[in-house]
Amino acid sequence: MSPNLLLVVVVGVLFAAGVTLLLERNLTRVILGITMVSNGVNLLILLGGAYGGPPIVGVTPEPAMSDPLTQAMILTAIVITLGMTAFLLAMAYRSWLLNGHDDVQDDVEDRRIRERAERDQGPADDDGGDAESPAPDRPLEGAPR
Amino acid sequence: MTWLVPLPVVMPLLGAALTLLLRRHPTLQRAVSLIVLSATLAVAAALLALTVTGDPLTVAVGGWAAPLGIVLVADRLAALMLVVSAAVTLCVLVYSIGQGMADADRDDATPVAVYHPAYLILTAGVTNAFLAGDLFNLYVGFEILLAASYVLITLGGTRGRIRDGTTYVVVSLLSSLIFLTAIGLTYAATGTLNMAQLAGRLDALPASLQLALQSMLLLAFGIKAAVFPLSAWLPDSYPTAIAPVTAVFAGLLTKVGVYAIIRTQTLLFPDGPAPGVVLVAALLTMIVGILGAVAQSDIKRLLSFTLVSHIGYMLFGIGLASAAGLSGAIFYVVHHIIIQTTLFLAAGLIERRGGTTTMDRLGGLARLAPLLGVLFFLPALNLAGIPPFSGFLGKLGLLQAGVAEGGALAWLLVAGSVATSLLTLYAIGRVWNLAFWSTPQPPTPLDDDDAVAGRELPRLMVGSTLALVVLGTGLTLVSGPLYQLTSGAAAELLDRAPYVQAVFAEESP
Repeated sequence: MSPNLLLVVVVGVLFAAGVTLLLERNLTRVILGITMVSNGVNLLILLGGAYGGPPIVGVTPEPAMSDPLTQAMILTAIVITLGMTAFLLAMAYRSWLLNGHDDVQDDVEDRRIRERAERDQGPADDDGGDAESPAPDRPLEGAPR
Repeated sequence: MTWLVPLPVVMPLLGAALTLLLRRHPTLQRAVSLIVLSATLAVAAALLALTVTGDPLTVAVGGWAAPLGIVLVADRLAALMLVVSAAVTLCVLVYSIGQGMADADRDDATPVAVYHPAYLILTAGVTNAFLAGDLFNLYVGFEILLAASYVLITLGGTRGRIRDGTTYVVVSLLSSLIFLTAIGLTYAATGTLNMAQLAGRLDALPASLQLALQSMLLLAFGIKAAVFPLSAWLPDSYPTAIAPVTAVFAGLLTKVGVYAIIRTQTLLFPDGPAPGVVLVAALLTMIVGILGAVAQSDIKRLLSFTLVSHIGYMLFGIGLASAAGLSGAIFYVVHHIIIQTTLFLAAGLIERRGGTTTMDRLGGLARLAPLLGVLFFLPALNLAGIPPFSGFLGKLGLLQAGVAEGGALAWLLVAGSVATSLLTLYAIGRVWNLAFWSTPQPPTPLDDDDAVAGRELPRLMVGSTLALVVLGTGLTLVSGPLYQLTSGAAAELLDRAPYVQAVFAEESP
């Protein structure tokens, strides 16, 4: 096989699709995204080596050999990704057992700040002209439980 | 004596296998872990003694010579990091053994069977990253330690740990993928991943290509080292793990990222175009991190933010790229590994004694547990940089290097460092006021996972924390020789020749 444009395009598509999936909230989709990007990276490493026949002395003349080092690196990377994916799947399953979903949840701090902002803004919105809602109900909504 | 070099990686890995086999015998497991880590510390000390007086030691793994095979290299920087990390992991192990033994009859006890193998594999990953002589082996070292850290951070699989573990695992995997992409591109551009060989070949590449490779590596290591703006994952994921795990993560894992930055910046891109970027990142990391710490109401989260903030000091030294700056950065790494670990261990003790680490619910600990007060107070002052502690000496070294460098950006960083130091003191002062000095609060039942107030403090836990406090305070006494050592390491890094020669000397015989 020789270096060709198709392979480069495939790497690009895998990266793009993987990154899109990584931005999802759902952990299962994130896992799929990581798998895609890592496959893209593996192909990218393959593209960096020399092309040619099997790198075995006696089978292929030396100048026509492919680069065995890239393939060794890809093998290592595949094994590592396999282990990590298995761990992530176990974690997604555990999250599903505990919470009934596997969404990546908010930072505790983010949640606290948002709650505080909502509490602060609640009455302020009333002044802004939200006249339909009865005024006494509003403060209760955001009150600390 | 080169046969010593692979031992810090091999021994913990064999120990991990052994502890896994001994999972039904907790006592034997503990003994194996203790022996292995003590031996690692001894080997690391021997390596340091050898490299300080001589050239870097190298081993070609499997007998394949340098450019083809994988080399492990122990130079002064690597040996120093090995000694500090081995000492810290040993102390934390004793602490966790104390915790495990005290909690053995409780439901929420640490699942010891998984803990010891994972902990030893984590150690092996850390030492492998320090000794790695080529980029791919560095990647493997990172993956070993990350895989073990995934297990440790989600230990027990409680709701909170799964939530925080998700962020941690996904972000770490992403940084690994970026690192792997950088490795693929580097190999495509130069045809080698051996760092000594890369040092020569990267210089020949066009500047734009060098910049691309450098920034990808910086991005990958920046996430691992929690450099702003890549630091948001850290304060969210560290605090929920059990105390010894948080402590060893905070002490070591980010520093492995810092080590990787030092190694690649000095060896691969000595006159790279990025120091300005590193300095700006350093300033932002310091300021944003410490402002985050000031706003926290939980001790563990507060400490996580100070951890992020003080990574900025190390980057400051790296960004200066002068011998004095690098020396200061290495000194600061040594100081910070010990101090940050100690503080997290102390926070674990506070959680045991007070039932929580939320400052509003704590109070009067100084009267209830005076020893605990000392254990927290000394490293806290050390972190803030009060003379005569090592934190002060480390910051002083960096400030001197910054002033010597001159220039607007360097002066800005000097001002930023001083402000960060003062704000650290303020944050620490708040903890002291709220948790230790105010009137004691009645222990409240909490919704936290395993918080039970007023538990006794086991002697092993206190003892190991005390050992680290003594070690951290003792840094002041040995700071003269230590500074000589870090200066030697910095000179060796900037010279590059000793490292390269040591790797290729392996070929000739």
